[in-house]
Amino acid sequence: MADLTTEFLGIKSPNPFWLASAPPTDKEYNVRRAFEAGWGGVVWKTLGAEGPPVVNVNGPRYGAIWGADRRLLGLNNIELITDRPLQTNLEEITRVKKDYPDRAVIVSIMVPCEEQAWKDILPQVEATGADGIELNFGCPHGMAERGMGSAVGQVPEYIQMVTEWCKKYYSKPVIVKLTPNITDIRHPARAANAGNADAVSLINTINSITSVDLDSMAPEPTIGGKGTHGGYCGPAVKPIALNMVAEIARDAQTRGLPISAIGGVTTWRDAAEFMAMGAGNVQVCTAAMTYGFNVVKEMISGLSNWMDEKGYTSTQDFIGMAVPNVTDWQYLDLNFVTKAKINQDDCIKCGRCYAACEDTSHQAIAMSEDRVFTVKDDECVACNLCVNVCPVEGCITMEEVAAGQIDERTGEVVSGDYANWTTHPNNPSATAAE
Amino acid sequence: MATSHQASGIQAARLDAAGIAENFSDLHPAYDAHEAAVAADRCYFCYDAPCMTACPTSIDIPQFIREIQAGHAESAARTILEQNILGGMCARVCPTETLCEEACVRETAEGKPVEIGRLQRYATDTLMEKGEHPFTRAAASGKKVAVVGAGPAGLAAAHRLAMLGHDVVIYDAKSKAGGLNEFGIAAYKSTNDFAAREVEWLLQIGGITMDYGKKLGAELSLDALKADNDAVFLSIGLAGVNALRAPGEDKDGVRDAVEFIAELRQADDLTALPVGRNVVVIGGGMTAVDAAVQSKLLGAENVTIAYRRSRDDMGASRFEQDLAASKGVKLMFNVMPKAVHGNGSAAEIELEYTAVADGKVSGTGETVRLAADQVFKAIGQTLEGQPDALELEGRKIKVTETGRTSVAGVWAGGDCASGGEDLTVTAVAEGRDAAMDIHSSLMG
Repeated sequence: MADLTTEFLGIKSPNPFWLASAPPTDKEYNVRRAFEAGWGGVVWKTLGAEGPPVVNVNGPRYGAIWGADRRLLGLNNIELITDRPLQTNLEEITRVKKDYPDRAVIVSIMVPCEEQAWKDILPQVEATGADGIELNFGCPHGMAERGMGSAVGQVPEYIQMVTEWCKKYYSKPVIVKLTPNITDIRHPARAANAGNADAVSLINTINSITSVDLDSMAPEPTIGGKGTHGGYCGPAVKPIALNMVAEIARDAQTRGLPISAIGGVTTWRDAAEFMAMGAGNVQVCTAAMTYGFNVVKEMISGLSNWMDEKGYTSTQDFIGMAVPNVTDWQYLDLNFVTKAKINQDDCIKCGRCYAACEDTSHQAIAMSEDRVFTVKDDECVACNLCVNVCPVEGCITMEEVAAGQIDERTGEVVSGDYANWTTHPNNPSATAAE
Repeated sequence: MATSHQASGIQAARLDAAGIAENFSDLHPAYDAHEAAVAADRCYFCYDAPCMTACPTSIDIPQFIREIQAGHAESAARTILEQNILGGMCARVCPTETLCEEACVRETAEGKPVEIGRLQRYATDTLMEKGEHPFTRAAASGKKVAVVGAGPAGLAAAHRLAMLGHDVVIYDAKSKAGGLNEFGIAAYKSTNDFAAREVEWLLQIGGITMDYGKKLGAELSLDALKADNDAVFLSIGLAGVNALRAPGEDKDGVRDAVEFIAELRQADDLTALPVGRNVVVIGGGMTAVDAAVQSKLLGAENVTIAYRRSRDDMGASRFEQDLAASKGVKLMFNVMPKAVHGNGSAAEIELEYTAVADGKVSGTGETVRLAADQVFKAIGQTLEGQPDALELEGRKIKVTETGRTSVAGVWAGGDCASGGEDLTVTAVAEGRDAAMDIHSSLMG
C-alpha cells in the first residue's frame, strides 16, 4: 500500500481526498461520519456573516441528468451557504478539529465585500483551530445576486482585494475558490496570486438549468411553478475543470501556485488525473452525494494500487507530471500520423463505428456482408470517433504509422521530424524553417 | 383433496387450484417500467442491426427499444406492430433465443442478450392496455378477399388487407379465432386469455368479418371462394398428425399431443384436466416440450421426452430443452418407440435405441421399457384437406416468396405453405407479405 499522506500548504492529511464545501460538510454529524469513512479532509460548508442565517427554498434544491441505467452524470443545485447560525458552526468546527487532529479542516467563508465583514469573522474562524480558509468566490446562484460568490469571482480586482484582507487578518493558509463562469480562468487565478493567496481551488459549479418540465413548462428544479439557474457539478463537468486546472498550472504568472482541484472526481483515476495536471489534492462532492461517504474507500485503494504499480512512493511523485505535455494546438506535431485499427477478436459487430464514420466522419470504415468492419487506411484521418463510440473498451485502437512508412491517405512518407502549424506552408504567418 | 402425483393411471386433480395457478403463471412475467428502462438501456442501437435481420418480420428493434428508452412505449409498440400485427403474441412465444436475441451483439459480448422479447411485450402491452388500436383503414377499395384460417398468417393477412381498404371475411373451421395461438402453444406463454384478447384488439381495425364453423372441403370450396371474391388467402395450417406406426398405438392413453394441448388451452379448470402418472412424449419439437412440461405442471410424477435423434437435432431450442429439464422433465435422445404395452390401456412403452448414419435413423436392437400410462405423439403435423388444384412442394402448398400458389388469384401462407419455419412470427410475415402482394395485384 503506497503512503497517500499528502501535504498541501503545509496541511497534512492522510490522503488527498477532501470533501468540498457543500451539503456533505454542513455540520458536525456529517463530518464525523466522513472522517470515520476515511476522508482526508473537509472544507466546511460556507459560513456567512454573523446575524440571521440565510434561508433556503423549501422546494426541491437539486436537478440532475442521467446516463444509461440512471447513472447520475450531472447534478445542479440552488442551495445557498449554510443556513445554520455562525456560532453553532464555529463550535462544531472546534470540536471536530480537536477530535481529528490528523485530518484537514478548512473553513469556507462568504461575507460581503467590505473589509470590516472579513475583519469580524476571520478571528472567530482562526479561534476554531481549523487549518485554513477557503474563500467562496464561486457560487453562481442566489448569493451572487447579493454581490457575493461568483459576483466577486468574476471581478479579478475584487478577488485580489478580498484575498489581501484575508491575508491581513488571518494567519493560516488562504485558498481562493474560483468560479468557472468566466471567459478565461487565468485572470481570476492571477488576481488571487497577486493578492498573495496560498492556493486556488477550482472549479466551483457552472451556471445551469438541467431540464424543463414539459407539463408545467417550467425549469427544474421547480419551486411553485418557477425555476432558476443553479450550479452544475458531477462527472459531466470534469473535462471543463481539468482544462481550467491545466490552464492555471501552465500559465507563466501562476505556475507553481498550489491548486486544489474540484470537478466531477468520482474514482481514484479522476483524482490521479487532476493531480498529474498539477493539483496538490482534490475535493469531492457529487460522488459522495450520489453514493455516500464510503466512495472514498475505492479512491484510496485505487490510488494506492496505481501508485504501487507505478512505483510512486508519495503523491508528490506524480503531481504536475502531465503539465509539461499540455500545449497549444499550434505546437502539436503535424507529422504524427495514426490510423484506427479494429481488433476483430474483440469486435462484437454492433456497427456503431461504421455508422459514426460513414454518416458523420470520413467514410473510412468498410462493412462486409457478414459484418466484418475494417478501417480504410487511405481514408482514415485518425479522428478517434470510432474509438469513442465503440462499446468495447480497447477494441479499436489508434496505431502510430512509423516514420518512413507511407500514410496511405496522403500517399506521403511519414517524416520522423517534428513539425507544427507555426512552420507549415499553409500558415500565412508561418515562420520559415531554417 | 387433490389426487397425488403417485396415483396410477390418467387422473384429474393431481394438484390443487393454488398449485395449478402457480405452475401455469406467466413464463416470462411482464416487465414493470423500471425493469424495462434498465433492460432498454443495454441496447447499443447497432447499425443495420443483426437482431432486426434475424427477425422474420424485420421489426426495427433498435428503433423500438430507443423509443422505450426515451419514454414513449406507445411509439415503440407502433414500430413493432407496423411490421408484425401480432407483436404481442410473438413477444410471448417467439423462440427469441434462436432469433433476435441469438443475434444480439451483447450475446457475443457478454453471453447475455438484450431481452428483446420482453421489451417487445412491454411496449405492446402498454399500448394494448390502453385499448387503443393504432391503425386506421384506407379508403374503401371495393375489393373483397376471403381468408381461410384464423391463425397468425390469416389474421396478419386480413389486418393488412383491411388496413389497405379491402373487405375481408375470415373463415375458420373452429368456433374461435387464433389458430395455434389459441389452441396450440403452452398456456404459460399466453396467460389471461391473451390470444383471444389480441384477436379482439386486432379486429378493431374494422372491415373484417369472422365466419366460424366453415371448413375448406366441407362448407367451403376453393372454386366458390374464388368466384365470390377478388382474391383468396389460404392459411389452413397443418391439420393432420403423424402416426407412431408402432404396435399398441391404438391403446387407451395414447393420443396426439396437439389435441391434449388444445384441450388444456380451452379448459376452464385445469384441476379437472386428467393427466397420467407416467407420461412419455414422443417427439423433439416445441409441441413435444409444450406437452411434456404442461403434463408435469398438471402434476404427473414422471414425464419423459423420447426423441429419436440427438439433442442437437431437436427442433425445440436449447432454451426450451432447459425449460423442460428445469421443470423435471427427463430428456431421452436416440430412442424411438417400438411398441406400447398394456392390457387395453397403455402401461409401458418399449423404446429402441437408435443410431444415425448418413442422416438415416435405424434401431440398434437394444430396447428399454418405461412405465407409461399416457403417451403423447408429437412427431409432426401434416397438411390435410388442401384443394386438389394446388400444386405442392414437398408436403406443403407450393408458394412464391410473396405467397402466390399455382392457382391464379389464390395465395397461401403460414404452416400450410412452403418456405420458412413453422413459427408464429414466420406465419405473420407470410400473411403480411401475401397481403401486400394481393393488394398490388388488385390495385395494379
